[in-house]
Amino acid sequence: MFGKTKINVLLLFLGPSLLIIFSFFFLPVLAALLLSFTDYDIYALGNADYIRFVGINNYLKLLEDPMFWTSVKNTFYFVLVGGPLSVAVSLGTALLLNSKLVKLKGLFRVTYFLPVVTTLVAVAVIWRFIYHPRFGLINYVLSLFGIGQIDWLGDPLYSMPALILMAVWKNFGYNMIIFIAGLQNIPEDLYEAASIEGASEWQQFISITLPQLAPTTLFISVITMIGYFQLFAEPYVMTQGGPLSSTLSVVLYMYQEGFRWWNIGYSTSIAFMLFLIILIGTIIQFRLQKES
Amino acid sequence: MKMVRLFPLLLFILLLSGCRGGETDKMVITFWAIGAEGEKVGALIPAFERENPGVKVKVQQIPWTAAHEKLITAYVSETLPDVFQLGNTWVPEFRALGAVEPLTAYLEKDSVANEKFFDGIWDSNVIDSVIYALPWYVDTRLLFYRKDILAAAGYENPPRTWKELYDASVKIKQMNPRYYSLFLPTNEWSQYIIFGLQSGSGILKDNNSYGDFSGREFREALDYVSGYFRNKLSPIDMTAVTNIYQAFEEGYFSMLITGPWNIKEMQNRLSPAMQDKWMTAPLPARGDDYPGVSLAGGSSLAINKLSPRKELAWKFISYLTRAEVQVEFYKLVSSLPSVMEAWESPELKNDKYLAAFYTQLQNVKPTPKIPEWEQIVVSKIQQYIERLAAQKLTVDETAKKLDEEANRILEKRRWMISREGR
Repeated sequence: MFGKTKINVLLLFLGPSLLIIFSFFFLPVLAALLLSFTDYDIYALGNADYIRFVGINNYLKLLEDPMFWTSVKNTFYFVLVGGPLSVAVSLGTALLLNSKLVKLKGLFRVTYFLPVVTTLVAVAVIWRFIYHPRFGLINYVLSLFGIGQIDWLGDPLYSMPALILMAVWKNFGYNMIIFIAGLQNIPEDLYEAASIEGASEWQQFISITLPQLAPTTLFISVITMIGYFQLFAEPYVMTQGGPLSSTLSVVLYMYQEGFRWWNIGYSTSIAFMLFLIILIGTIIQFRLQKES
Repeated sequence: MKMVRLFPLLLFILLLSGCRGGETDKMVITFWAIGAEGEKVGALIPAFERENPGVKVKVQQIPWTAAHEKLITAYVSETLPDVFQLGNTWVPEFRALGAVEPLTAYLEKDSVANEKFFDGIWDSNVIDSVIYALPWYVDTRLLFYRKDILAAAGYENPPRTWKELYDASVKIKQMNPRYYSLFLPTNEWSQYIIFGLQSGSGILKDNNSYGDFSGREFREALDYVSGYFRNKLSPIDMTAVTNIYQAFEEGYFSMLITGPWNIKEMQNRLSPAMQDKWMTAPLPARGDDYPGVSLAGGSSLAINKLSPRKELAWKFISYLTRAEVQVEFYKLVSSLPSVMEAWESPELKNDKYLAAFYTQLQNVKPTPKIPEWEQIVVSKIQQYIERLAAQKLTVDETAKKLDEEANRILEKRRWMISREGR
């Protein structure tokens, strides 16, 4: 099948994209890995003589850095609460939109998908009004129930939930569309057979919908988890990591070390630690899926 | 089909815009200015262009939040403009990079005297006796206080010493125990560094290669500050003060240490009835040497070392630091002039709130001039002052922690010094 000519043809067609991936993806990653073993910083930027090879010192320093652990803790909070919440909300809306009772499906689908395509900065500006302690919509609604003013973005206790709420609202539409596609792939005769046998709606959901959706759910969980571990834009625009570092995420910390203080070597080591965390998370999810 | 024909044309246009025109560009000075100053400085350009026929100045405005990053990335890609504005605490960093042109030779040639600028502000641009940027406008911190509350506590004049400041605070607290006197935000660093400078600390020591927070002087300042928190003279919970103007009007606190931009804010945000009840004053001193020292802040104008138009760039920045241009600039954005002569103009002289600034600016000191400075204060002072205020750390523990953090950040600097020593 694959004679010599075939390989040449393959190279001709794949070559350009391979070249691009190699030079814009593999090379930078490799360079970053090398940088993480140096103390590349503002001095080195000015004069290359001031670069030192420090081995794994950056990584050791990272393990002792309380700010890094704070950022890991915050990121896990966001992933473990926000991730499942986001998947649940998108599954819920997908089920609703897939039901035969709903009219104007197209309209709802577009409405729910709109936040996904809106720029985050515009969204953040609006949500900052919504969260405003005195004039915000949320506090107004809460006040109708007699709940006092909450300083959503200024109180370390509420800042992360506020970001999670916003992120879920912004992102669930994307997963919802994938779930709808998954739902539509489930053969109708399964449901027909089940209802003839007298299975209730709930039983049908547990025994048909969920198992049939398993591959979709795995895909969505992994993608969502990876995306949520890279939490950056929300705290960068809304809180700058505050108050009291309560919304400092790993990527934001990496960004601050790298582009605010120009400790490039140190910040690349944070990047690789994050890569490691995401890798472990993904492996665990695949294992769990295989077992069930 | 249409697209296919358009494509080469598009490419050609791209190519053209990629080239920077040769002849005409020679007389264009590019200038990056930051924030409100960048928005308004355009109005000063036509007069300069009239004075120098054939010269054009292109101003680009960049927001403060992105300025530092943009300047550094521009340095890396060698696309810095001919002239750029720098926060004066950034000057050491850009000198370390070798991005800014030393100005000593230009100054000598034009016999520009440093006496025309405020001493401490000038000094903030000098590293190892070489000047790297010209002060453009100045910024310092001093006392904003409620005249009526201090008068009720028995102080017709603002406090002149640490002791007076503290005693006045105690009396104000006694008048209304629910309220506070001096506002010391635990999410800022400048107030604490000012108290440190006032008690004579150098903040860092040994050629700025080790922290000196555990030194007697800085510990004394921390001890003084912690008294305010311990005795509830200063609020600890920052979330309780979401709007400082409202709190100031209410009397929730009656004194705060802040900068010139708040003159306008106070005028706009406090109610009309409040307007003759507040005033500015120079900072109290630790001892009798009133006024106490404050920070030499502000922005400077620097020339790109790689600029092919340095002479012209120099002409431009010396134009911006002429007294009469500085007065114009003050009228545009209310940035305080760095040139002392400009303060003689009626606009500045007749402003009752500015008198205190003029006095204070005679006694300002730059912070240690090293690239690591902001990293040390911005991230670390806040982190530990907060715990000191909440009494989770003692004064000695706070000082020790600050030293540890500073020494860690300064490790590279020590290595570089030892290498140069060899």
